Amino acid sequence: MFDFGKWTSAFNSLLLGTGMPEWAAVLIECVIIAVLVLATYIVLALFYILYERKLCAWFQCRLGPMRVGKWGLLQVFADMFKILIKELICLKGTDRFLFKLAPYIVITSSVTMLACLPWGNGLQIIDWNIGIFFILAVSSVGVLGILLAGWASNNKYTLIGAMRSGAQMISYELSLGISLMTICVFAGTMNISELVAEQESAWFLFRGHIPAIIAFIIYVIAATAETNRGPFDLPEAEHELTAGYHTEYSGIHFGFFYLAEYLNLFIVSGIATLMFLGGWMPLHIPGWEAFNNIMNYIPSIVWFLAKAFFISFVIIWFKWTFPRVRIDQMLAFEWKYLMPFSLANLILMAVFVALGWHF
Amino acid sequence: MSDIKEIIGKICPDATFEEGGCLLVNVPEKKWYPLAKSLKENKDLDFDVLSAVVGMDWKETIGVVYYLTSTSHNWGMVAVKVEAENRDDAYIHSVSDLWKVANFQEREVYDMFGIKFINHPDMRRFFLRNDWVGHPLRKDYDANPELNPIRLEDEKNEDDSRVFVEDADGKIKEEPRKVFNEDEYVVNIGPQHPSTHGVMRFRASLDGEIVKKVDVVSGYIHRGIEKLTEGMTYPQILHFTDRMDYMSAHQNRHCLCACIEKAMGLEIPKRAQVIRTMMDELMRISSHLLSFGCTAMDLGATTAFFYGFREREMVLDIFEKTCGARMSMNYNVIGGVIADLHPDFVKDVKHLIEIMPERLKEYHKVFSGNLIAKNRLKGVGMLSKEDAINYAITGPSGRGSNWSCDCRKKHPYAAYADVEFDEVLLDGCDSYSRYMVRMKEIEQSCRILEQLVDRIPEGDIRAQVPKIIKLPAGRWYQQVEASRGTFGVYIESTGEKNPYRVHFQSPCFNLVGVMDLTCSGYMIADLITIGAALDFVIPDIDR
Amino acid sequence: MGVDKIKSMTREDFKDNEYIDKLVDELNATGANVVVGKFDELINWGISNSLWPLCFGTSCCAIEFMSLGAARYDMARFGFEVARNSPRQADYVMVQGTIVHRMAPVMRRLYEQLAEPKYVIACGGCAVSGGPFKNSYCVVPGVDQILPVDVYIPGCPPRPEAMFYGLMQLQRKIKVQKFFGGTNRKEKIEEFFAEHPEERGEIG
Repeated sequence: MFDFGKWTSAFNSLLLGTGMPEWAAVLIECVIIAVLVLATYIVLALFYILYERKLCAWFQCRLGPMRVGKWGLLQVFADMFKILIKELICLKGTDRFLFKLAPYIVITSSVTMLACLPWGNGLQIIDWNIGIFFILAVSSVGVLGILLAGWASNNKYTLIGAMRSGAQMISYELSLGISLMTICVFAGTMNISELVAEQESAWFLFRGHIPAIIAFIIYVIAATAETNRGPFDLPEAEHELTAGYHTEYSGIHFGFFYLAEYLNLFIVSGIATLMFLGGWMPLHIPGWEAFNNIMNYIPSIVWFLAKAFFISFVIIWFKWTFPRVRIDQMLAFEWKYLMPFSLANLILMAVFVALGWHF
Repeated sequence: MSDIKEIIGKICPDATFEEGGCLLVNVPEKKWYPLAKSLKENKDLDFDVLSAVVGMDWKETIGVVYYLTSTSHNWGMVAVKVEAENRDDAYIHSVSDLWKVANFQEREVYDMFGIKFINHPDMRRFFLRNDWVGHPLRKDYDANPELNPIRLEDEKNEDDSRVFVEDADGKIKEEPRKVFNEDEYVVNIGPQHPSTHGVMRFRASLDGEIVKKVDVVSGYIHRGIEKLTEGMTYPQILHFTDRMDYMSAHQNRHCLCACIEKAMGLEIPKRAQVIRTMMDELMRISSHLLSFGCTAMDLGATTAFFYGFREREMVLDIFEKTCGARMSMNYNVIGGVIADLHPDFVKDVKHLIEIMPERLKEYHKVFSGNLIAKNRLKGVGMLSKEDAINYAITGPSGRGSNWSCDCRKKHPYAAYADVEFDEVLLDGCDSYSRYMVRMKEIEQSCRILEQLVDRIPEGDIRAQVPKIIKLPAGRWYQQVEASRGTFGVYIESTGEKNPYRVHFQSPCFNLVGVMDLTCSGYMIADLITIGAALDFVIPDIDR
Repeated sequence: MGVDKIKSMTREDFKDNEYIDKLVDELNATGANVVVGKFDELINWGISNSLWPLCFGTSCCAIEFMSLGAARYDMARFGFEVARNSPRQADYVMVQGTIVHRMAPVMRRLYEQLAEPKYVIACGGCAVSGGPFKNSYCVVPGVDQILPVDVYIPGCPPRPEAMFYGLMQLQRKIKVQKFFGGTNRKEKIEEFFAEHPEERGEIG
């Protein structure tokens, strides 16, 4: 497996070799990484917008974007240029400061989460012992942005949208967190690189079998709700609340919400990949040495992205298949079924780990 | 008929009778309300359905013609003519407490004629701006555009309503009312809203997410069709019907043509009858498919919407080949249809009938078989049979409340007497039943088409009609089962070549009347699904 | 393209849109700064290929617009499919259907709520001129009485193909506008403030 860490450490020693002090080298590295993260963010978000539009067209017996560029590949760039020059409207009677702050909170939270993901062997920006915990904490900050957006717009639709969003995200965060904790119990660590390393022999989904699979299903459902996607897209239920919490946003402010929505989809898929499908780790089957060696030839970053895109595909499939649930049904589903199940599953996993009933 | 006369004569000795298309009872205004009460409550009469409320201006007097039918007794329609005592300050007693459907109907009459209804709970304008000058359907209406220029400022005092009450010694006084209180959280839905199916506006008072009251504000597409018809000849007014309920274009036009033909005493060739029937049923399929798509989309199942449209395009292709247009077909004319069937018609229809059952199963799999969709639709928007009758909710929505109200069965017209089909009745009384009635009606429509497609008789497609069509003096009322319910046309003629008054009794008008009843107590998300399941078309309401 | 040619327009002429494209090139050729010109081109390419409609329909044309979005016509191919329900995020409003007196202020406000750059398409006979209801007491005879209209699409209702043609005409129209050089956006805003002095300071 190629270790990207070699490149980064080589670059680091190159910088230090020029005789600059260490803090300067770290500063330069930080700037480069920040630029890279932001660039990745934009490219991924644009890719995801096209990905969803093409998939959705496929589900609906349509063609999807195909006139702008080959196979419509340039469609999203056209959208980007357009949205960049769109007028920014700030309304009378809004809380001007909060109104403008909200989209940045949402986007900051998702950029921060992006930085935590293990992209490949040695390709990771932040890696500390509470990795998963940190991701969960940062993801909750996004809700604040949505609540602020809904509140500051001074509009009844946005307010209802924001309140729904708040209720939904806070509820589903519980089962999301518990399902991730189930895996942490199994792995015995929250450190992201250790989590990936643990899955070298086989992915957690296979190693932890029954409780891991249950946790995986719970996670995918909760993640769908966390990203406000169908059938849980109530906060921006177009047919009820025009556009939900971002009704009053125009131009790039709206663009931030739009990008964050897609990027969050990637991030939850990335976390699922990390926790259940081995992160960047190739598919290894214990005992099949030849097979494992072949798998190792596929670069780690490809493994990570492919798994993440696959999970996103499933979540997009949900959205374009299911009708939307109602707010009370959604909350009842979480509190009456999903949460008790995930708690029981956590205990089940603890029993399995204690008795060593796993691979 | 004679026993009705007898009973009414006993209740109200002042009533006079006119025979014509149907029995017309002339009642003085003072006696109208007691008579209405006994018409509704007397078990021998039991006129529980108020089919139409037609405002009229007879130049000397002004008044209202009420059309009543009964669900329990099998006598035809009875019209009651009430004239207001004073033309310029006209008052008539409201019957909106007896027949709830009269609530909006009387508001429309007030809007158009300026007749004020005593004891009506909410006497506001219905279609026009509340600062509008004059009442357009009055014959003495001043059409000077300077009186009513295009105003670009919003309407004021939207919450102000009023009630006219009569005190003990017969004096009428006006009492102000408020639609919503100051402290209510009112959310405005529409007129530009993706799920109101057009430019309907609901003002919903909320308690959290629960809807407490819905105020319907209509008229955002009121085009004044009824006034326009008065200046046109009969063939010229036909095209308006295609643009009212554009999803029942054929049926609406069929109704108007049939009304004119009835007045002229015209015999329609058998071939034209069969073609009309088939076109009506194709239109019904297309309309129900659109309704399926929109219901699915309003529930967030966007993909199902595309599936519905896929089959709808096939129906539109059939229309396009024969009529030359995808929508607004303008196909029926007085005396028959305008053009003969396209040679591919039979083949295309057979193909449609063949694939439809399979596609319906697919819809069920994709959308209505889904647990989420079932939970969203079942038990939501309850409308009991009594309410459906009282609000005169016809069509699939009425049949979803187990009210057998199908015009095709009750008074078969065109070729409906020759075909076998079932009237789909479900007793769920909720949104899900309404939805299922539509899906099952597609099957029944296919069944009708199947019986007719090989039996289209040879012959003329149009009867001989005079160049200038004049109707004899009199009044006619004709009903046809449109996609959304019973569509009625009222024509009053004075023997000229243009009508004296045309009134369209559209089914959607009544449908929107139950929004308050069906939505109260449910969530705001349900308001959208209830609207989708009732499936109203706004231009049909506003006309 | 002379007047006489329009009178006897043959079927082939409908396919011939080169003259319009030539016109676009001609209009763009008027000595703009190279850098600014290129930027304009890029932005115009972006706007014209990403026209997001506002869901707005009053009658039959709206149903044809739904057909336009459905699988057979699929306006997503051109990138028109992201129909926004909030006017803030839409690029153009396609007025589908009759506008009556009661609707007029709402329509006007919707237009004002759209964020610049914004366009209006009058779709169908009613929006173009009042159509069959022109003589009615409460119909606005053409939406251009209350809004500036960019493209007119006649028909009752127009076929989806006609709507595509209208949208492509709008794309061509966008290609000749100038975002950086040449426009008088500042002037426009000043004009607005001259008319409504009380709004100055309120709009941020």
